[in-house]
Amino acid sequence: MKQLLVFIRKEFYHVFRDKRTLLIMFGLPVVQIVLFGFALSSEVKNIRIIVADHARDVHTQQIVSKIKASPYFILEEQVWDYNRIETAFKEGKATCALIFPPQFGDDLLGQGRVQVQIITDGSDPNIAKTVVNYLTAMLGEYQQQLNPTARVPYRIVAETRMLYNEEGNGSLNFVPGVMALILMIVCTALTSVSVVKEKEMGTMEVLLVSPFKPVLVLIAKAIPYLLLSLANFTLIILLSVYVLDVEVKGSVPLLFAESTLFIITCLSLGLLISNATSSQQTALLLSLMGMMLPALIFTGFLMPLENMPLPFQVISNIVPARWYYLIVKAVMLKGLGFSYVWKETLVLAGMTVLLLGLALKNFKTRLQ
Amino acid sequence: MRALGFILRKEFRQILRDKTILAMMFVMPTIQLIILPLAMNFEVKNVNVAVVDHDHSTYSQKLVNKIGSSGYFKFTGAPASYAEALALIGREKADLILEIPSGFERNLVREGSQPLGISVDAINASKAGIGAAYLGQVIADFNARIDMNVKNAAPPASGVIDITFTNWFNPRAEYKYNVVPAVLVLLLTLIGGFMTALNIVREKEIGTIEQINVTPIKKWEFILGKLIPFWVIGMVVFTIGLCVSYLVYGIYPRGNLLLLYLFAVVYLIDLLGFGLLISTYSNSQVQAMFIAFFFMVIFMLMSGFFTSIDSMPHWARIMSELTPVTHFVRVDRMIILKGSGWNEVKQELVYLLCFGVVFNGWAIWNYRKTN
Repeated sequence: MKQLLVFIRKEFYHVFRDKRTLLIMFGLPVVQIVLFGFALSSEVKNIRIIVADHARDVHTQQIVSKIKASPYFILEEQVWDYNRIETAFKEGKATCALIFPPQFGDDLLGQGRVQVQIITDGSDPNIAKTVVNYLTAMLGEYQQQLNPTARVPYRIVAETRMLYNEEGNGSLNFVPGVMALILMIVCTALTSVSVVKEKEMGTMEVLLVSPFKPVLVLIAKAIPYLLLSLANFTLIILLSVYVLDVEVKGSVPLLFAESTLFIITCLSLGLLISNATSSQQTALLLSLMGMMLPALIFTGFLMPLENMPLPFQVISNIVPARWYYLIVKAVMLKGLGFSYVWKETLVLAGMTVLLLGLALKNFKTRLQ
Repeated sequence: MRALGFILRKEFRQILRDKTILAMMFVMPTIQLIILPLAMNFEVKNVNVAVVDHDHSTYSQKLVNKIGSSGYFKFTGAPASYAEALALIGREKADLILEIPSGFERNLVREGSQPLGISVDAINASKAGIGAAYLGQVIADFNARIDMNVKNAAPPASGVIDITFTNWFNPRAEYKYNVVPAVLVLLLTLIGGFMTALNIVREKEIGTIEQINVTPIKKWEFILGKLIPFWVIGMVVFTIGLCVSYLVYGIYPRGNLLLLYLFAVVYLIDLLGFGLLISTYSNSQVQAMFIAFFFMVIFMLMSGFFTSIDSMPHWARIMSELTPVTHFVRVDRMIILKGSGWNEVKQELVYLLCFGVVFNGWAIWNYRKTN
């Protein structure tokens, strides 16, 4: 036991000596939380629009001024030439165009039916779809103004309640995702490298011939990163509470317990990677680049899982970050208790046992 | 010059020797290119609705059928109470609860107005908003078609505005068109940024850089010897990427291929300079990797890969303009999807050249052969 403590202290020295890595380890969550909280949003705003108004009458002018006033649109220019639209799209100056036909107003009142055309730059489908929705709503509203009598006498009024997030805080969804991503990458990469480094430098042999048990070498390697990851986790929680105003609705001890479990899963994965590789370069590439992508894709926090092809949905089940993401969402954001997440916890625990077992079994006590 | 030839031979041999790294450089990008566009589909569909029907009347049945046939919604469970439905949301089985109060039909006829309760799981705020808006549309439509409303409707005073819309460059508004060019950028970025940084620091860490330092190899020869192999590999990966996107997704550059390659060449030089810069500031591979990773994450998130740059606040837009990734993602999409020509993209080339000069200049200035 005393030996183990000595070894753990040695590992801590290694960790604290490398100030830059330590800085990045704690800087990464800060930057991600700030970016996701304040810079990135899936809401589409500031759409640059071109209006081709061939009618120039009261109605079109009213609609154009509505667009100007809307926070969603920036009126880039008014054009009369069809070709100008294409150039603007190709230059990236505008992303959509609204075209009024000549005699818009006359047709609207006289003919009872008039067409407007929306052209969008489909290279960003998200914007293209939103533009059509926004403009349809605006034109519909204008129509309502013209026909105040057209309201129907019997009405079903939908009263919408936003559960768990009354203020529509857009960063809510990202917090558990960022947590899963950072813990997974930091734990896995750092643990695997710290073992492989000893191999590459040749110091592993020294450790193995010492009277210290080989398995304890691995445990001593993992413990500093477990503690650092917990510190990192606490930092993310504090940031999200005080910077992003995301409140922790559920039980904090439960959240910590689940996170510890997830960190251990990642550490085991890191140990397993270190068994399979012999150079730091490979270990780093595997654990950073190899882990980043599955963690990004299959947790479902950036890209909706339910839209993916079925094989991906199946694969997502073996990504630990996915289960952790579900747990954090339920406990932290929805305030649910253990009875809601026991299944996910069990899956994570099962993965941990499996990974740790494999890592310990494959740990070679002889190098050559 | 002769020395450079030897260094290049050595570097290529070292890179080609390590099969794992080689596989990661060529196989992983291809996998990414195939997987990412399939995975990135932000369309909101298949919203899971839990309907709590307290009324069980003809109208409530009709409404539920209408929602079911709209195509956006899937029914899940048959909760008998709001509490049960809430538990479904807690278990992530449902995204949305529609509660039809008892007396729905009776009140609608008598009072002329009847509230309906919709509760949305709003943790994903944008998805919740869209889901609720869809449901709102369906309800409004149902409303207009209620028998009594159809009979009573007054003829409209003015006409209807018909809206037709066209999506240029991507008629069906498919996400793959947006994602594939961006993934091509991602591939180049990973190779350029990570691999160079790692490779140089490795020499530092193992100590072989000392041996090179005592040879008559000049500083510029050493640096070029490190950069050129990754530049070549980057271009090969980019070409493979273009082929894969054509074969798998049918996406090929509409614009000039040479123009696209010109940008790729310059962009890769930027990134190699960046990798070099990182390597001059780090002492170990772990450090280099983490510093590179740190900046790559920021670059990628800010580049308009996932979210539109226009929607960002002002400070974030400035920050995003200050990364080379943003510019190349933009140009890549412009040339590949819209077929933009030289006149439309020349401005971006100036930016990329500036980044190249700054990164490489800074890195060479900071690199000292004896360290």
